[in-house]
This record gives sequence, C-alpha cells and structure tokens, in this order.
Amino acid sequence: MPEEFKARVIGVIAKTQRIPLEAVSIDSTFEELKIDSLDGINLIFALENEFSVDIPDEDARAVKSVRQMAEGISHLLARKAGAQGSPA
Amino acid sequence: MRRVAVTGIGVISALGADRESFWNALAAGTGGIGPMQLVEPDIVRFTNAAEVRGFRPADHFEERDAALLDRFAQFAAVAAREAIRDAGIEWTRDLQERTAIVTGTSTGGQTSEDESFRDFYERKQMRFSPFTIPKAMSNAGASRISFEHGVCGPVYTVSTACSSSNHAIGQAFWMVRNGAAELAIAGGSDAPFSPGMLKAWEGMRVVSPDTCRPFSKDRKGLILGEGGAMLVLEPFDRARARGAHIYGEIAGLGMSSDAHHLTQPLPQGAVRAMRSALADAGASPEAIGYINAHGTGTTANDLTETAAIREAFGAHASKLMVSSSKSLHGHTLGAAGAIEAAATLLALDRGVIPPTANFLGPDPDCDLDVVPNVPRPAVVEWALSNSFAFGGLNAALVFRG
Repeated sequence: MPEEFKARVIGVIAKTQRIPLEAVSIDSTFEELKIDSLDGINLIFALENEFSVDIPDEDARAVKSVRQMAEGISHLLARKAGAQGSPA
Repeated sequence: MRRVAVTGIGVISALGADRESFWNALAAGTGGIGPMQLVEPDIVRFTNAAEVRGFRPADHFEERDAALLDRFAQFAAVAAREAIRDAGIEWTRDLQERTAIVTGTSTGGQTSEDESFRDFYERKQMRFSPFTIPKAMSNAGASRISFEHGVCGPVYTVSTACSSSNHAIGQAFWMVRNGAAELAIAGGSDAPFSPGMLKAWEGMRVVSPDTCRPFSKDRKGLILGEGGAMLVLEPFDRARARGAHIYGEIAGLGMSSDAHHLTQPLPQGAVRAMRSALADAGASPEAIGYINAHGTGTTANDLTETAAIREAFGAHASKLMVSSSKSLHGHTLGAAGAIEAAATLLALDRGVIPPTANFLGPDPDCDLDVVPNVPRPAVVEWALSNSFAFGGLNAALVFRG
C-alpha cells in the first residue's frame, strides 16, 4: 500500500475518533485505539465518504485493525477502478 | 395488591390486520416477512421487511381524521378498538375517568416528519402543513385512543426505543395493580418505513440482507417490521365477576439499565430485569415454562440474551422453551413488547408455543431450546417476555396463564 494512502486512512481514523494523529499507526488494533463496535461502523461511514466506496455489512463487521481497514478499502478501490475500466 | 387480568387483545401486524390472523400465523409458524413495498426499492441495501400489507386508512378512519394521523397512530387506534371490543368494555363516565392509557413507540410520527422535511429540503416547499407537529408527536396514538373512547384518566407515552411497549405495559400494570387506575389500555405501535429512517437503519448495519434467523447459525441481523398491539388490563376479580374471558394475568415487571453503552448490550442488565420481573411476580425461575425472547437475530443480541437467560435461570434454562416471534412478525421496534405480549398471552391461552422461524441450525453460543421452525403444543402456566433497547434499557414482563 502506498504511504500516502495509509496516511489518508490514518488521518480519517484520527479525525473521526478525535484522537491525535500520532496515536494511530497502520499496525494499531481497534482494541488498542478503544474503538468499539459503534465507533467501528462510524469509522466505516467516514471512510466510505472519504474514498467513495461502499463497504458491505459483513466485511464491516470483520474489520478489527487499521491495517485490515486500509487493505479492505484498497481492495475495493482496485475493484472499482477495474469495473470502470480505467488504467490502474 | 390486586391481581391484573388481560381481557382484551388487539393486534395489527405483518401477520394480518387483526388478532386472529396474527395468532393463526404464529400457531402455524407462517411468517410475514417479504419484499419491501412501502418505500421505493433500491434506496437501501436490504430488500425485505415485515410490513402491514393492504392497510387502507379509509377502512378505519374518516378521511379528515386519517389526514391527521401518522400510520403509527392509526395502528395504535385500530389495535385499541379491537382490544376494547374484545374485552366487551361498556363505558360509563366513571369508568372513563378511572381508565389509563399508556402507549409505547420508538419512531413515533417520524414518517410524517420525513415527508414534510423532504418537501422542504428537496422540493423547496416553503410552507409546512399545520398537521406536521401533531402527526409527528409520539403521544399521538395515545391521544387518539383517548378521544375515540372518551378515556380521561392518566394518558401518556413511553419512548425507550425497542423496550418502549414493555415499559408502557408495565406502567399500566402497576397502575391497575395498586388501584391508581381501574382499567388500562396499554401497548404500542410503530411504523418506521420512511426513506430517511431506512437510510438511518442501513447506517447501523444491523438489518439482515435476507431474513430474520434468531439464535440460528448464519444469522445476519434483524428485519424491520411495523404494527401495533394493545391490551385491556383490569383487576382480576372485576374481570371474573363480569364473566370476561381472561387471556392471562400480567404478574410482574422488571426494569434495568446496563449503564454501559449506546449499542452494545451487557448480559448483567438483562439478568437484573428478568430477576426483578420474577421477584415482582413472586415467581421462582423454575416456574417459568416459556420465554418470548427479545431475539432480534443480530449476533450481539442473541448471544448476550442467551448468556443472560443462562445466568438468570441457572440449570432451569435448559428446560425452558425460548422463542423469538420476531422471526415471523419482524422487529417492530417500539411496538415489539406489545406485539410479543400478545403472542405470549395467546400462547398461554391456547397452548401452542410460536416457533423461532427461519432457523438453519444451532449456534453453539445460543444453546437454548429455541423451538426451531415448528410450533409446539405445550401447556404452560408462567411465561416471561424480554425487551432490550439501544441505550441499554431493559424491561421484562412476567405473565401467568
């Protein structure tokens, strides 16, 4: 994953959770960041808006860490780009 | 303290427009969940709902009155009429003054509000109907029942999300029990099918993409429903003296708060509600034969409720029948406690336990006898019905057949 993309995901998480940017890393778990289930779906809502993707309910429930979240969005963005036929 | 009998039941739900069609569907295990029709398709990810099909306000109200009533208030009024007729109440001025009405609703008239707001935001209509406020208020159903039947005792509405109706019925039960009211009409209604409300539920990510499978493996969430149910409550001795049919008694109310989290349930809160309902009823846990579970079909509710039932009932939990009729009539939110009280009382009265429908197989974390898929003939004397709300507010009712 490009550093810039990771930073963008981390930025959304820090802003939505109202925690300092430096408190969040790509290896943080939701448990470490005290992100509970309601925070988790609120984060997904913020990230869906940020990246203009739709995250399915079942995938949303499975996410437990920042890395999983970033990888999931990256995957959705790639699929979206593929579906639109734009050059990667 | 007086014993409190239920002598009238009215129900309008996805299982039909009256009590008998409701019961026939429950006793047959035939559900009312199907493709959503009230709101334009494709605005949300889920497609199924438990709607009251074929409801025409003109069949129940003068045109002018219907225009003043949100669908949730219409359901409240229709269910109350059926319950009062069923109980054979003959109104006198004295009785009207000593009758209470307590209703529960979560959504209230937000469907009417949504329509008005849409006209304003989207269509730039600068004038609002003067009916918007009185249609949207949560007590509109209780007030309508009061006007229709001349009931002028204590009348109010409780709104505690999905526990609303259990709290409402419980308040009315206590009023009749302690003599503050001679008669009570209690229950609840909700009609949450508006585009805005459905988008909000979609955002919660708790609505199932297929159907409602409480306590089952591969359950994927709740199915939104609508409807209303009302009960007529009166002192047991009075009911017996006038020869009324007694469906059963309301024997206990238990309430608690998790004091924990907006959406994550805590078993201890549910345990306290069930224990305090049993204590209020003077019933031992071993006396209970059936629990109508909150059983929403979400992962979190069903495993938390299972753990809570195991803790509250100990070894007896394995002997209990526990079913969620939400698998048949959907999650009717603020009406849930009332519709499920009706289901529980009818089960005691008629000797059939409604099943947990759409059950695919056991989930090891939900290891109770959930009466999977097939209605079960059973004579039960005592039953309990759970309601748990977002915000961690719990209310359990104990019934005696």
